Amino acid sequence: MEQILFRHNRPGRVVTFEEYRSEGGFSALKKGLTTMSPDGVQQTVIDSGMRGRGGAGFPTGKKWSFVPRNLPGPRWLICNCDEMEPGTYKDRILLESNPYSLVEGIILACYAIGVRHAFIFIRRGYEQAAANLKNAVAEAHGAGFLGENIFGSGFSCDVDIHLSAGRYICGEETALMNSLEGRRANPRAKPPFPAIKGLWGGPTVVNNVESLANVPYIIAHGAEWFKGTAATAEASGMKLFCVSGHVANPGCFELPLGTRLGEIIYGPCGGMRHGSSFKACLPGGASTPYLTAEQLDVAMDFDPVAKEGSRLGTGGIVVFDQHTCMVGATLNLVRFYARESCGWCTPCREGLPYVVHLLEKIEAGQGREEHIQILKEHVQRLNYAFCALAPGAMGPVDGLLRHFEDEVREHITKSRCPFGGS
Amino acid sequence: MIPDTLKTKLKRRVAAAITNREAAIDVMKSLQAHYGWLTDEAVQEAAEIVGLSTLQIEELATFYEMIYRRPVGRRVIHACDSISCWAMGGEALLAHLSGHLEIKVGETTADGAFTLLPCCCLGNCGEAPTMMIGDTIYGRVTLESALEILKRERGEI
Ligand SMILES: Cc1cc2nc3c(=O)[nH]c(=O)nc-3n(C[C@H](O)[C@H](O)[C@H](O)COP(=O)(O)O)c2cc1C
Ligand code: SF4
Ligand code: FES
Repeated sequence: MEQILFRHNRPGRVVTFEEYRSEGGFSALKKGLTTMSPDGVQQTVIDSGMRGRGGAGFPTGKKWSFVPRNLPGPRWLICNCDEMEPGTYKDRILLESNPYSLVEGIILACYAIGVRHAFIFIRRGYEQAAANLKNAVAEAHGAGFLGENIFGSGFSCDVDIHLSAGRYICGEETALMNSLEGRRANPRAKPPFPAIKGLWGGPTVVNNVESLANVPYIIAHGAEWFKGTAATAEASGMKLFCVSGHVANPGCFELPLGTRLGEIIYGPCGGMRHGSSFKACLPGGASTPYLTAEQLDVAMDFDPVAKEGSRLGTGGIVVFDQHTCMVGATLNLVRFYARESCGWCTPCREGLPYVVHLLEKIEAGQGREEHIQILKEHVQRLNYAFCALAPGAMGPVDGLLRHFEDEVREHITKSRCPFGGS
Repeated sequence: MIPDTLKTKLKRRVAAAITNREAAIDVMKSLQAHYGWLTDEAVQEAAEIVGLSTLQIEELATFYEMIYRRPVGRRVIHACDSISCWAMGGEALLAHLSGHLEIKVGETTADGAFTLLPCCCLGNCGEAPTMMIGDTIYGRVTLESALEILKRERGEI
């Protein structure tokens, strides 16, 4: 199977600028800037069916098309490399092996949207990825791929790297803009959407690392080719799946979008670790409802996973075995969200600690039957929060109540955790 | 007080930014690297360098996980307590570190060498459980290897 983002990878080290170029790197940039119009680049990305890899799956080219081309003043592109969603580490793996596809993709995106200045927003802890990107940006500058009048096209572009100081909410695109501006990272109200009024009030596009890194290959090989790399007719492109938890061989694998969940776990992951059998997984990071053993046949693509009542999310698959207490797992997840709540709105600030409290009681054997109903109500109520963090926090609770209500009830009737947790 | 060379460097960073504020996190991180944590003096200096009030610096400083507004040890141990690490024994590891260092989570050892803090996902979930000391990420940490790592880190301080 042909890889896209991992095709230039070298074992144990980052690919060099020379190696990347000798394997065709930056030729898509040249093709785009010298033979295509900005609208042509955007249309190719629209036609490719590329959907955002940062969690929400919004069509990438369509997002670009929302930026008004006639407004005066600067507009911006931000590459979102906050990647703090538990269970997700694909962007780090990509940037530690190859920062160049992202840089090339950013320049192409800027060309399409008419952006002069892009930012890469990088979380704390990704120092190696940031260092690789700094080098890559400098090398691209040196070769004339960044800066003034690139390839004599009249198009000029610069990329800045912004290092963050660690806070999950910075990944939410409007909070990210506040953080980048040097403000507290509380989300902003939508509308106006960032495409109209974003960073410093200018039109802004926020895209995930993996989304942008795919752009050069779409431009180089065309929309139809990109679509064809997926496993199903409906899906488009490849996806970085990063797997963790109780599998034999956890890791980050680039596989066709639409590959079946079971094929990932029993294929490159080598099945479950010794003594473990599959109980459930988070299919796409901490905010996605669980999938169970009955759902191992689901095609890992946006719509099929949604049909199963969950979300593809980031493609960060966290696998749990038969010894895992699902109340305990859910408690861990909601604790994370309660701690990371930015505190701006009441449902999230007050509601999540209350959900934690209820789950703690149940896990400690002090739960009551009515708690199940209260939890179900909160799955609905937290949809009224100001941003997507709180509904995301309730994703695992929703999955717990839909798939493991019996296990929750067992905690209550036995007055203890059946798995020996507390 | 910070040396003039650092001050000049940071002022240059601010001048190059699109707006002053955009450089605020960078400035705070540099001052933290200098003092070990973001001291009251550092908050004053950051405010002056960035051109914000101390209150504005304060509201940023208290927001971010990796800005320390209280004294910390010479090395901060960030032990991930998110879901993949939880599944792979992260809770036991944190308890083990706390027992070995004879401090509660959130405290600093008597010799000032280590502060132990739980933290969010470090993006190393495939090699759980994970901890970060300084800028170094350690994956697949076992109860035994954790003590080896501490010994090595202590030797380097
Ligand atoms: C709480 C929260 C955290 C998020 N964190 C990230 C992140 O770390 N990286 C990311 O790319 N998107 C993250 N997102 C999604 C972004 O808001 C945004 O949809 C995404 O960056 C758009 O890129 P894409 O269209 O290429 O997927 C987060 C969303 C929420 C609500
Ligand atoms: S839902 Fe939570 S994270 Fe989002 S704005 Fe409200 S308090 Fe902040
Ligand atoms: S959950 Fe611990 S590193 Fe991601």
